[in-house]
Amino acid sequence: MKKKTGLLLFELREGFIIALQSIVANKARSFLTMLGIVIGISSVVSMSTAIKGIDASFQKGISALGTDVLYIDKWAWFSNTEWWKMRNRRKITMEQYEKYKQTAQLPMAVAPVSNARKKVVYNENSVESVNINGSNADYVKTTNFTFALGRFYNDIEAKGARDVAVIGSELANKLFPRGDALDKTIKIGGFGYKIVGVLTEQGSFILGDFNPDNQVFVPIGTVFKHFASETFRSITINVRARTPALVEETKIEAEGLMRKIRSISPGIENDFSVNQQEGLMTNYNSVVGVIQVAGLFITSLSLFVGAIGIMNIMFVSVKERTREIGVRKAIGAKRRTILAQFLLESSTICLMGGFVGLLVAILLSYVVDRFLPTSIQASAVFIAIGISLITGVVAGLAPAYTAAKMDPVDALRYE
Amino acid sequence: MNENIINIEHISKVYTVGDVKVHALYDVSLRIDSTEYVAIMGPSGSGKSTLMNMLGCLDTPSGGKYDFKTRNVSLMTDNELAEIRNREIGFVFQTFNLLSRSNALHNVELPLIYAGVPSAERKERANQALISVGLGDRVHHKPNELSGGQRQRVAIARALVTNPAIILADEPTGNLDSKTGEEIMLLFHEINQKGNTIILVTHEEYIAQHAARVIRVRDGLVERDEAIVNRYIPGISKPESAVK
Ligand SMILES: Nc1ncnc2c1ncn2[C@@H]1O[C@H](COP(=O)(O)OP(=O)(O)OP(=O)(O)O)[C@@H](O)[C@H]1O
Ligand SMILES: [Mg+2]
Repeated sequence: MKKKTGLLLFELREGFIIALQSIVANKARSFLTMLGIVIGISSVVSMSTAIKGIDASFQKGISALGTDVLYIDKWAWFSNTEWWKMRNRRKITMEQYEKYKQTAQLPMAVAPVSNARKKVVYNENSVESVNINGSNADYVKTTNFTFALGRFYNDIEAKGARDVAVIGSELANKLFPRGDALDKTIKIGGFGYKIVGVLTEQGSFILGDFNPDNQVFVPIGTVFKHFASETFRSITINVRARTPALVEETKIEAEGLMRKIRSISPGIENDFSVNQQEGLMTNYNSVVGVIQVAGLFITSLSLFVGAIGIMNIMFVSVKERTREIGVRKAIGAKRRTILAQFLLESSTICLMGGFVGLLVAILLSYVVDRFLPTSIQASAVFIAIGISLITGVVAGLAPAYTAAKMDPVDALRYE
Repeated sequence: MNENIINIEHISKVYTVGDVKVHALYDVSLRIDSTEYVAIMGPSGSGKSTLMNMLGCLDTPSGGKYDFKTRNVSLMTDNELAEIRNREIGFVFQTFNLLSRSNALHNVELPLIYAGVPSAERKERANQALISVGLGDRVHHKPNELSGGQRQRVAIARALVTNPAIILADEPTGNLDSKTGEEIMLLFHEINQKGNTIILVTHEEYIAQHAARVIRVRDGLVERDEAIVNRYIPGISKPESAVK
């Protein structure tokens, strides 16, 4: 047994040396063959890296919003319910929020939210149509906000409906390019607000309107006072679960409590929705899934073309070396020795191509990194090596088998 | 002392080309013992190479029985045939058949690689074999850097290196001028003197006269099988072509 594995290792090593010799002896041909694999591997790795990059930046944005937050709203974010049905739902009021907050056991924090869209001005700088997010001091507990300057507005300011504001980082950059936002008074829809806090960068470019970096946070009382009557507007109740694992239970409790608060009789469907990021995630995942499958399919095609190239060259190589195969057999090479020789040759070419392809992909990722945050995973290295090895073996199999089963007399007679 | 190596009885070989059957060998029976020096002669197409391939276990007969050292060749698997060729038989071809991209040393090493001999021992033995054929100073030359005679010497070193029971040479001097051919024949003579069995195929009567026994083949049959009375012993009785 031991002798057998020793012999196998010996044959592998000798076969590898023979393969290397023949690769070196046919430099131009080996290089051209390798090129196909280089292109295939580098595009597969680059594509999967790009997809991972998009995915990672989206995930980061999502978690800035919080996957453990529920949004009790008149509107459903993702649903098949007809628009007019939701339009006719009763509004969610501050009173319902108070009742829910008092009775709910599971949430870590609860905050009412009322939005408006206004122009924000500071001196000659202005930004149109900014999302003005009105809430109370508990709002910050439903987020993971961190502050570059100052703080969130406090309970007293919220209860007193003082005209104070916290602004997102991107907005701060636009209005205060010199970074001196704190204690300045900005105009929101014509009303003066004093800035008490500036957020650090929270989200990512993918989130768009959801991104806290482009928002203003003010006491909800000021929204009612300046922009929309409390009796007219439906509010959203943001509910943060204690842990992500408790989101489901918190949701069930919220639905139960809200039905009771809004006195919905049993058998009648909810006239409110409890939204969560997962809906967004599901939507996103299906889109990314399509991109992934399409991208990998296209890049796999180039790998496939590379593999066909290898097979083709190996067939030519076997034909060309028919006499050599005959000689090798005449002096004692077994079928499996010849098989191994050609398999090793094709997989060595592929492995070399795989390594070069990987290098190309890494270089590419540095270039692309300027536009899109990407990162080559360690797994990509293994995948690239694995794929090129498999390609080498699969593409080499048929030619190697042809060589192995040649009749020595015919091979020696071959002109 | 002289044990039997080759024993073939009523061997035939039929090739089918289209619907035509070609009897390359019709009915051949032979015994060859160790230390013999045998020449096979016959006109072109008479089946000499076919017989050689058969004796060298490169090919299997269509009919009849072939015992190599009492083992029945017809019953051997592909792998067993490869092993016999590797250990017991050394081939020398008319066209040398060296690996053109490898140097002399690697060419001679090759059978030892297939025999599983470790690298250091292999190099040593290949070197010795090259020295014994007079090419100790050409070890790192590639075939295209060697003359025809030198190439054939490399091929002979490759055949000798595994210490085989028999050396089979199919027209080994066919591609060489008569002087170089004579040098190669001297080499075969020495190898035979050391106790190796040699079987060679030739067209030329005077080359055949170097052997101790001539088997004449015609149309796939053994026409005559006789000992040579007036043998050429290279270096003692010089042929006219080699006279200075
Ligand atoms: N693979 C084959 N297919 C068909 N016929 C073959 C094959 N190999 C040999 N033959 C035929 O068998 C016969 C003997 O061939 P062989 O090569 O043994 O002749 P030979 O005596 O070596 O001739 P030469 O002196 O020219 O080398 C020839 O008639 C040849 O055409
Ligand atoms: Mg012949």
